[in-house]
Amino acid sequence: FREVAGQFKRPALLFSGGKDSITLIRLAEKAFRPGKFPFPLVHIDTGHNFPETIQFRDKLASELGEKLIIRYVEDTIKQKGLIDPKGRNASRNSLQTFTLLDTIEEFKFDVCIGGARRDEEKARAKERVFSIRDTLGQWNPHLQRPELWNIYNGRINDGENVRVFPISNWTELDVWQYIKQEKIEIPDIYFAQYRDCILRNNKLLAFSDFVKIYNDDKIVNRKIRFRTIGDMTCTAAIESDAETIDDIINELKNTRLSERGETRLDDYISDAAMEDRKVAGYF
Amino acid sequence: MDILRFIAAGSVDDGKSTLIGRLLYDSKSVLMDQLESISKPRNPKLNSANGEEINLAFLTDGLRAEREQGITIDVAYKYFSTPKRKFIIADTPGHFEFTRNMVTGASNSDLAIILIDARHGMSEQTKRHSIIASILNIPHLVICINKMDLVNYSEKVFSDIVEDYKKFASKLNIKFIYFIPISALLGDNIVERSFRIQWYSGRSLLEHLEEVCVEPAHHLDSRFPVQWIISSHNGGPDNYTGYTGKIISGVFKKGDKILISNPFGTNGDSFKSSSIKSIEIFGSEVEEAFAPMSVVMHLHEKVDIHRGDLFVKASGEESLPVVNNNFEAIICWMDAKPLRQNNNYLLQHNSRIVECRVEKIVHKIDVNTLDELINPDQINLNDICRVRVQTASSLIYDPYPKNKANGNFILIDKESNTTAGAGMIC
Ligand SMILES: Nc1nc2c(ncn2[C@@H]2O[C@H](COP(=O)(O)OP(=O)(O)O)[C@@H](O)[C@H]2O)c(=O)[nH]1
Repeated sequence: FREVAGQFKRPALLFSGGKDSITLIRLAEKAFRPGKFPFPLVHIDTGHNFPETIQFRDKLASELGEKLIIRYVEDTIKQKGLIDPKGRNASRNSLQTFTLLDTIEEFKFDVCIGGARRDEEKARAKERVFSIRDTLGQWNPHLQRPELWNIYNGRINDGENVRVFPISNWTELDVWQYIKQEKIEIPDIYFAQYRDCILRNNKLLAFSDFVKIYNDDKIVNRKIRFRTIGDMTCTAAIESDAETIDDIINELKNTRLSERGETRLDDYISDAAMEDRKVAGYF
Repeated sequence: MDILRFIAAGSVDDGKSTLIGRLLYDSKSVLMDQLESISKPRNPKLNSANGEEINLAFLTDGLRAEREQGITIDVAYKYFSTPKRKFIIADTPGHFEFTRNMVTGASNSDLAIILIDARHGMSEQTKRHSIIASILNIPHLVICINKMDLVNYSEKVFSDIVEDYKKFASKLNIKFIYFIPISALLGDNIVERSFRIQWYSGRSLLEHLEEVCVEPAHHLDSRFPVQWIISSHNGGPDNYTGYTGKIISGVFKKGDKILISNPFGTNGDSFKSSSIKSIEIFGSEVEEAFAPMSVVMHLHEKVDIHRGDLFVKASGEESLPVVNNNFEAIICWMDAKPLRQNNNYLLQHNSRIVECRVEKIVHKIDVNTLDELINPDQINLNDICRVRVQTASSLIYDPYPKNKANGNFILIDKESNTTAGAGMIC
């Protein structure tokens, strides 16, 4: 965080309202308080968020007293005449990239800080902490630099920009242990409760206006929680009894399923497809 | 919990993927849905303890884009933990030309595992990997003599290789070397000590990784490079000046007399003095802080301080860093564009960037033998050499062997801005 502040002119912190970006906020506070963050928080809103996420985002931003910029995928769809993916498990994840790149252009951000972690999926295992993007916002393997010791090289040519992943070396369990250690507040949907949900292909989906219900879907009431909270249309819940952070940590220590495998409906896609998204600038 | 970072090296087919797969699998760090994708028949198979056949080579697969485009800078990071420690593995491809990957992975490692195939003994790569670990000053080396199952778990095969290795290692600069006979495939001496290798009384690999003692950086001389300054100009309270950064070595206490580097000073005034009024961590004051903590420091005497300046302790017991604009360094070259004598670069040392010139290439180091080749005309990708560097203003450093954190730097190509070289000050 301090290297980003010291090396770049116009940084931004990409804030999604999920546990990883909430963790980033605490790290930013540690780096910059009692000063202000040298960057705004930027949320790329798919319009399909959990209402709890949005409430939490607004509350956190106002408590922090930091600037929050919101840009809507909905607007990009209209402006660019893009097609909103339809059908079962359709998500706006891939459209988010357009809105993000437009937002970077609008504010001339030279660096965006994000909460991605290397343990999330194979396409990220070799990601740098400072990841260079070309003038089209794309990840180009030739631009990637070796990272040695504690030195981060953020020098870029005109038009290029950088994504920085401060918690890239953390695992999901590390994030929860840190949330516990720091007593960080997180949205309710991470904790198990009885909730109405849609049972589809053995996965449980949040019940919401954005999710179209098909004939063979079943509405059930189960004790569930969310392990990740992306787009409501593509994030599955897990059945769980974890009502506290300690419960969650125990649950994670015993799980045999990965975060991505367990919770993303749109990730029947292969590692190669994930890589394509990386190249396009998805993360 | 404490973290051990290590690197695993070996020639192709010595069993590195199998070994890493075994460590991840046996520590339950490979999850079921990830296991499902391990079904490519061409890959080596790994038998789990209960006989099911699994295949973990997928863990070291490169990215498609990198393979297609011949990208060679790739270190993949893997994570696992036991109740005793967390581990981060920097996994680098074993091909002989990838010195740069190993140097990258080794730069942040406390330990290196080097695999030797028991049937073949030491290879060229074994020497190369050991030499790189030694140049990077990795304190711990673990030599895993693998595929013991294929040599009938023979004690003689093991001890012959150990003898060979010890002879070679006498010219290395490695503090601790540990030898373990293993079978990555069958799990001998990986997690549990093997009942099939009764003649071996040492630790299993995992036991060793859990127990090995990493010397903490707070035992070294105290160094604090300023990364960012909080003041009323960037939202801090009125009359507030806080110097933020990470303590890279040593300990700082409230009241300590300190010296602050003055890179533009002449010989007599390389340092300005002040003392610590208070140390703050996220709003709370602490009496003392040590490496690798990140803190905000406040000083009694006002001095002109910028990002990149270094705080050091002015006590008699600690030694001062070197202030110099001309020094020798070992460099590993990482750019396809060769290094030539008299080329200019940007040099980044902690949070400071200065112009520099590589005044002289003193010699190239043969990484297979440690031989020195005098006066090479140029230095190519993956070469390691000793150079003399002239900087535009003084660097405030410690020799790398004495204090890694304040003795390393990178060279940045001024046109492409890429990281072209990794340097260790002699
Ligand atoms: N018999 C035996 N075979 C092994 C052992 N470790 C690895 N192998 C085999 O050696 C081959 C190369 O292993 P791999 O892990 O892919 O090597 P890498 O190229 O170093 O990553 C594979 O066929 C493995 O099954 C071992 O301890 N014993």
